[in-house]
Amino acid sequence: MIPAIEIKHVHKCFGAVHALRNINLEIPIGEFFGLLGPNGAGKTTLINILAGLTLSNSGSAKVMGHDVVTDYREARHALGVVPQELVFDPFFTVREILSIQSGYYGLKNNNLWIEEILHYLDLADKANINMRALSGGMKRRVLVAQALVHKPPVIVLDEPTAGVDVELRQALWRFIKRLNYNGHTIVLTTHYLDEAEELCSRVAMLKQGEVVALDSTKNLISNIAGCSIQLRLSPDKLPAALQSTMISYAEGSYILSVKDYTQIEGVLTALRVAQVRVLEMQLLRPHLEEAFIKIMNDVENQEPA
Amino acid sequence: MIGFYTLFRKEVLRFWKVGFQTIGSPMLTTLLYLLIFSHVLERHVQIYPGVEYTVFLIPGLVMMAMLQNAFANSSSSLIQSKVTGNIVFVLLSPLSYLEVFLAYVLASVARGLLVGLGFYLVTLIFFIVPLSSFLWVFLFTLMGNALLGSLGVVAGIWAEKFDELAAFQNFFILPLTFLSGVFYTVHSLPSFWRNLSYLNPFFYMIDGFRYGFFGISEIPPHFSFMVVTTFFLTISWLALRMLKTGYRLRH
Repeated sequence: MIPAIEIKHVHKCFGAVHALRNINLEIPIGEFFGLLGPNGAGKTTLINILAGLTLSNSGSAKVMGHDVVTDYREARHALGVVPQELVFDPFFTVREILSIQSGYYGLKNNNLWIEEILHYLDLADKANINMRALSGGMKRRVLVAQALVHKPPVIVLDEPTAGVDVELRQALWRFIKRLNYNGHTIVLTTHYLDEAEELCSRVAMLKQGEVVALDSTKNLISNIAGCSIQLRLSPDKLPAALQSTMISYAEGSYILSVKDYTQIEGVLTALRVAQVRVLEMQLLRPHLEEAFIKIMNDVENQEPA
Repeated sequence: MIGFYTLFRKEVLRFWKVGFQTIGSPMLTTLLYLLIFSHVLERHVQIYPGVEYTVFLIPGLVMMAMLQNAFANSSSSLIQSKVTGNIVFVLLSPLSYLEVFLAYVLASVARGLLVGLGFYLVTLIFFIVPLSSFLWVFLFTLMGNALLGSLGVVAGIWAEKFDELAAFQNFFILPLTFLSGVFYTVHSLPSFWRNLSYLNPFFYMIDGFRYGFFGISEIPPHFSFMVVTTFFLTISWLALRMLKTGYRLRH
């Protein structure tokens, strides 16, 4: 089966800046994929290459099997992009914008679907209001709606929740999850790693234009993040033997890192030897954020000085 | 086809929604030119035998207004979309570069036509303007507006700031339109200036267009039309090339 997105050996330079180095990525149809990385890692550049807004220096990118340069019309039909910037056309109302956007994709009578999008994005009562008069959150919803007018099989969201309130964030994710459930492939960039962890089944991490990690979210967390335990002790003093494992201490509770849960045995032994009693112990589930920080730091350390 | 039509319609709506500024105001400006120049020069100048100076002035002013507005439409729409960023909606869409080009140019033609026709109809209330050949009037209207609309696409893509576009408009388009023989015939100029005028494509548009009204011109209308068409094809080729390669649009 053809993948939803296929990126091969993509390089991109802006002047002297090497924005993307040899990117290879394949995203199967139906996946909820996360593209993570610090600012300037190249996430938006990669998305722009997929969308045809940026032209790569070498390599190829395909959406649903259509090359984004040679077969751009088909590729763009298959793709819906929610841009990061809050851009809008000040001359039109929400409904006019959506009907115009439908027309660009060759759709004439798209009103039923437009009504449905307006409903799910909670925009129905704003449909006849000019874009200029909308708040930032509402403009963001319209951007999402615009990306969906042509029911693209692949939807790319570039930081859709940046600066968005909790209510919209939740409504947005409910809607996107529904689309994913109906078979749409979703590619997401975000700086909120808890969102990525909850939503994305697979994740690529970018740093300085390179893919530094690519795996299922589950594997990344369990292989790289490690585990941690939280302890309350009596007396409130960590034995010297365990000092090196301590991550943090606050208000009587210690957080220690362990490679895996079998190491807990060793921790307990050390405490017993030092005659420290355990008042409370909790196993902390590792998060994607820990894996992310660790991977980004590892890459840093590997770099030649 | 739907894609092209949608973009064309959007571009027309864009200027229509601010019609006072895009149609009303240039019509008024042109009427003021007519009022002032005809008042000052009516008794002193007669260019074509048996044609009042004011009546001589009308076709040239119609053409000048059309050309300036056709240029203003595509260029200002593009620069606004680029600066505010909403050009992405066009760039993300599957519209072909030819569709984008035609939509912008034809919307420019529509605006030029509305301004020119509006002004012309107002003058008909006060003056009797002959119409010698509708065909030439039509052909020069179409080609002139299309040329400037297409030049507007080039300028709108090339300019990265409003300031750059304003420079293009004020230091290039405006002098060329004013010095094209709208207010005089280049026949009356000293030979150096006359020869210089022959290098100005706007001169051929005015001259050929005027022929359609009075049946008199400095240059045979076929030749003028060929010159204007050649310029149109050249500028269109450039605009299409820019759109196809994504010059200053896709980075």
